[in-house]
Amino acid sequence: MSSKKDLASSRLVSKKEKIFNWIIFVLLLLGAVVMVFPLIYMIATSFMTKNQILSGTLTILPDPILIGKYSEVLKKGQFINGIFNSLKVAIPVLIIGGFTSSLAAFGFAKMRFRGKNALFLALLATIMIPFAVVMIPQYVMFTKLGWTNTLLPLIIPGCFGNVSIIFFLRQNLIGIPDDLMEAAKLDGCGYFRTFLQIFMPLMKGALATQLMLWFMGIWNDYLAPTIFLRSEKNWTLQVVIRSFNSYYAIQSDYALIMAASVIAMIPTMALFFIFQRMIIESIAISGIK
Amino acid sequence: MSGKTKQPKHKMSAMAKKEERTAWLFIALPFLGFLLFMAYPICFAVFASMSKWTGMNSLVDNFCGLQNYINIFHDEKFWKSLLTTIIYLIGIPIGMILGLLLAMGMNRKIPGIRLLRTMYYVPVVSSLVAVSILWAWVYNYDYGLFNSIIKLLTGHHGPNWLGDEFWVKVALIIFMVWKGLGTSIILYLAGLQNIPRNYYEAASIDGANGWQKFRHITVPLVSPVTFYILITSLIGGFQVFVEVQVMTNKGGTNYSAATVVYYLYDKAFSNGQLGYGCALAVILAIIIFIITALNFAGQDRWVKTMD
Repeated sequence: MSSKKDLASSRLVSKKEKIFNWIIFVLLLLGAVVMVFPLIYMIATSFMTKNQILSGTLTILPDPILIGKYSEVLKKGQFINGIFNSLKVAIPVLIIGGFTSSLAAFGFAKMRFRGKNALFLALLATIMIPFAVVMIPQYVMFTKLGWTNTLLPLIIPGCFGNVSIIFFLRQNLIGIPDDLMEAAKLDGCGYFRTFLQIFMPLMKGALATQLMLWFMGIWNDYLAPTIFLRSEKNWTLQVVIRSFNSYYAIQSDYALIMAASVIAMIPTMALFFIFQRMIIESIAISGIK
Repeated sequence: MSGKTKQPKHKMSAMAKKEERTAWLFIALPFLGFLLFMAYPICFAVFASMSKWTGMNSLVDNFCGLQNYINIFHDEKFWKSLLTTIIYLIGIPIGMILGLLLAMGMNRKIPGIRLLRTMYYVPVVSSLVAVSILWAWVYNYDYGLFNSIIKLLTGHHGPNWLGDEFWVKVALIIFMVWKGLGTSIILYLAGLQNIPRNYYEAASIDGANGWQKFRHITVPLVSPVTFYILITSLIGGFQVFVEVQVMTNKGGTNYSAATVVYYLYDKAFSNGQLGYGCALAVILAIIIFIITALNFAGQDRWVKTMD
C-alpha cells in the first residue's frame, strides 16, 4: 500500500525535477548566449559599413554585408608579416621545446638520481614567479646579446623547455608502470632509446594536448613580444593587431580592426573546436591534482 | 613521490651511476633555462633595484641602497595602481560564485551540456589582445554595444565606460569575469563530478533540503577546487597588464585604470627608470609570495579533502 504511494510521489518528484531541469537549461542557455554575444558582435561588425557602425542605434545584422575589410587586412604587408613572425616563433619552440620538455619529464618520472625532488620543486616554483619580475633583466640581457632586433628573445627561452608541460607529462608518465622501464633495461636498451621508442609513443596524446595549449599561449602572447621586439619588422601578430587598433580607431575604421582581430583568433579557435575534448579534460585535471 | 627505497649514497653501482648521469643530462636544458631566464634575472633584479640605473648609465656607480624602495613608499602613483589592482580582484569571487552555480547547473542530466560548456569556454581560448580590442569597441562611448543597449532600454546615454575613473574599473572587472568564467566552470564541473552521488542520497534520507546539501556537501567537497582557482586567480590578478594597455589610453583618466604591472612597464620602458622598475618588480614578487603563503597557511582551516 505504502509502496504505491511512494511510487506516485517519486513520479511527482521526477516530473517536478524535469521542469526544474528545463528552467536550468534555459538559464544556462541564456548565459551562454551572453558569453558568446560579444564575439558574434565582433564578427558582425567586421562585415558592416562605416555608416551602419556609426549610426548609433543597436544593429547586429550587417546590411549590406561587406567582405572587403578582410581582403583589405590580408593585403597589408604588416599583417601577413605578423602571421609569419608568430609562426617563426611557434614552430621552433614547439619542436625543440617540446622535445626538451618531454625528455626532462621522462627523467623526472622514470629515472633515479640524487636531488630529483629538490630540482623538480625548484622548477615548479618558477610557475608562480610573475613574468613582470624577470622582464626587465631579461630585456637588458637580450639587448646586450644584440637579440632585440631579431625574434630570438621569444624563441631561445622556449627551446629550454616549459615547466608546466614538464609537470603534466611527468604526471602522465608516473601513471605508466615502471615494469616497462625494467624490461627495457634488461634487454640492454639505452635510456634515450627507451624514452624515444617506448615512452614517447605512450605519452604522445598528452604531449599533443600540451603542445596545443602551448601553441595557443605563444600565438596569443603579447607582453613579451611588445617588450623584446624593438623593430617593427619583427612584430608578431598580436602586436600588429594592437597597433592596428590604435591607428585605425582614430579613423573610426572599426570594421577593419574587427576583421583583423577575427583573423588573428582563427588559428586558436580552430584548434580549440577540433580538439576541445582533450583541451578541456587537461584543464579540468589541473584543478583536481 | 612513489616511496622508492633509497640507495645508500656511498655504494652506488656502476649502473646506478650511469643512470644518474644520463638523467642529469636529460633534465639539463630545462634546468639551465631556469638558471638563465629565472634565477639569474631575479638576482639581477634584486641587485638593480638598489641603483638609480637607466640602462644608459652604470649600474654599480649609481648604487643608492634602499632609496628606490623609500621613494616607492612615498609614490602616490604606486599606491594608486596597487589599489586599482586590488579593486580588480573583486572579479575573482564574482567569477567563482558564478562559475560554481553554472557548473552545478551543468552537472545535471540536461541535453546539450557539451555545447553549452564550449560556449562558456570560448572566451578563455580567445586571444587576450583581440578580445580586449573587441571590448574596447563594446564599451565605446558613442557607438558601442553597451551604450546602444542602454539607450534602447532607458532612452538615456550610458556612462563613459573607459573614460570615467569609476566606470573604467567596473568595465575591466566585467571583462575579466567574462574572460575567465569558462575556466572556473570547467574546474568546478570536474570537482562536482568527483563527489559521490550517495552523499546527496544519504543527506536526502536524513531530510536535508537543497540549501543544506549545498552548504554542507557541495561547498566543502569542492573546496580544493576553490582553493586552486583562488590561488591561480590571485597570482594572475596581480599581473593584469594587457587589457589595461589595450583598452585604455595610457592607463586611463588620471591613471585610474593602471595596475602595478602597468606602472612597472611604464616606469621601465617609457621612462627608462630600470632600477626603479626592478624595485617595483621585487615588491610585486614579495606581495605575490606573501599572498600565496597566507593562502597555503590558511588552507587547513577551510579546504577539505575527500577522505
